[in-house]
Amino acid sequence: MSDTSNWPLWEVFVRSKNGLAHKHAGSLHAPDADMALKNARDVYTRRSEGVSLWVVPSEAITASSPDEKDLLFTPADDKVYRHPTFYDIPDEVGHM
Amino acid sequence: MANAVDLTTTFDSYVAAENRVEPKQWMPEKYRKTLVRQISQHAHSEIVGMLPEANWITRAPSLRAKLILIAKVQDEGGHGLYLYSAAETLGTSRETMVRDLLSGKAKYSSIFNYPSLTWADIGVIGWLVDGAAIANQVMLCRTSYGPYSRAMVRICKEESFHQRQGYEIVMKLARGTSDQKAMVQDALNRWWWPSIMMFGPTDDNSPNSEQSMKWRIKRKSNDQLRQEFIDKTVVHAEFLDLSIPDKDLKWDESRQSYDYGEINWDEFYRVIQGDGPCNRQRLIARNKAHNEGQWVREAATAFAAKQAAKKPANQAP
Repeated sequence: MSDTSNWPLWEVFVRSKNGLAHKHAGSLHAPDADMALKNARDVYTRRSEGVSLWVVPSEAITASSPDEKDLLFTPADDKVYRHPTFYDIPDEVGHM
Repeated sequence: MANAVDLTTTFDSYVAAENRVEPKQWMPEKYRKTLVRQISQHAHSEIVGMLPEANWITRAPSLRAKLILIAKVQDEGGHGLYLYSAAETLGTSRETMVRDLLSGKAKYSSIFNYPSLTWADIGVIGWLVDGAAIANQVMLCRTSYGPYSRAMVRICKEESFHQRQGYEIVMKLARGTSDQKAMVQDALNRWWWPSIMMFGPTDDNSPNSEQSMKWRIKRKSNDQLRQEFIDKTVVHAEFLDLSIPDKDLKWDESRQSYDYGEINWDEFYRVIQGDGPCNRQRLIARNKAHNEGQWVREAATAFAAKQAAKKPANQAP
C-alpha cells in the first residue's frame, strides 16, 4: 500500500450558504488539491450541505498548543469591561 | 513536570466534568488505545457493512429502490471515512488500519457476517441493524473525544434515513401478498437475534465497559442500550403484525420494559472469532475490492504528479 501512504491529509471546510463563513467539516487523503476538492464534494456535501468548499493541507495549519491554553486565553477572563453588559446605562436613555 | 499519576487524575476529573478531549491534549495511553480500537472497528464495520447491501443493488425491485440503496451504500463508505479520519487524529495511520482489516487482524461488527438472502433482508437490515447502530451512535454523539463525537453527529444525521428507508421496505412487504409477508417475517426471524447481539456482551461480561463509562467514551451500558432498542422495536413490529422470534418476550409492568429471552452468546463469540456464515466471504470481497482498486490509486498518484509537473515553477504550491 505504499501507493497511497504519501497522499497528504487535507482539512475540508464547507460554506453552507453565502453570507456564512466556511466551517471545518472533516478531513481526507488525496494526492493533490484538485482531487481533494473532488473527494470533499463526494464525502462532505452529499445532502446540499454547502455552496463552497476549501481544502487545506493539514500540515499547513499551525495550531496553538493545549498546554498554552491558560497562558493565551485566561488574560481575557478578568477584563469584563470589554463586554457591553459591564456598563449600567439607565433605561430612560433608550437602546444603545 | 507533573508525573503520570497526577496527569491521569487530572484527566479523569476533566472528562468526568463533561469536558471534551481534543487531539493534541495529553491523554492516558489506555484512553488513546481504547479509542483507536473502538473507532477503527467502527470504521471497519461501516466498510464491511456495505457488502451485504451491495449484494442487492443489481437486483433491487425498482429504479427508485436501486437509487436509494446506492445512496445508502455510498453513505456507509462516507461514514467509514469520517471514522478513519477521527482515528487518525489519535496518531494511527490509515494504511495500518486498512491493512489490519484486510489481513483479518482487526474486528468489525459481527452482524455483517450474516448473509442477505432476500430483498426483505435489505428492509430488515435498515430497520434492525441500522436501528441498533443508531441507538449506539446517538449515545456516541456525546462521547468525550471531540473528533469522534463530531463524526458521530454527522453520521447520525445521515443514518436516520437508513432506518426509515428500511422500515418502508418492511412495511410494503408486510402489507403485500401472503408470500411477501412470509418473506419479511422470515427475514425478521433470521436478523432479530444477531441484531440484539450487536450491543455486545451483557454488562457483567463486558470487562472494558466500566472504564469506558468512567471516561465518558460510552455513556450507556450494553444492556441498557439493548433494552431501549427492544422496547422501541417491539412497537414497530406490532404495528405491522410481525412477530418477534422470542417466545420469552413479554411486557414487564413493573420495569415498564420488555423482558426478553436468553441470547445465544456461543454464537456471538463464534462469529466474532471468525466462524460466522460469511466471515471468509467478507474478507475475500474486501481484499478483492482493494486489489482491484490498486490501479485507480496508482493512476491518481500519477495524474497528480503529471499535473504538478505541468504547472510553471513560480505557481507551484
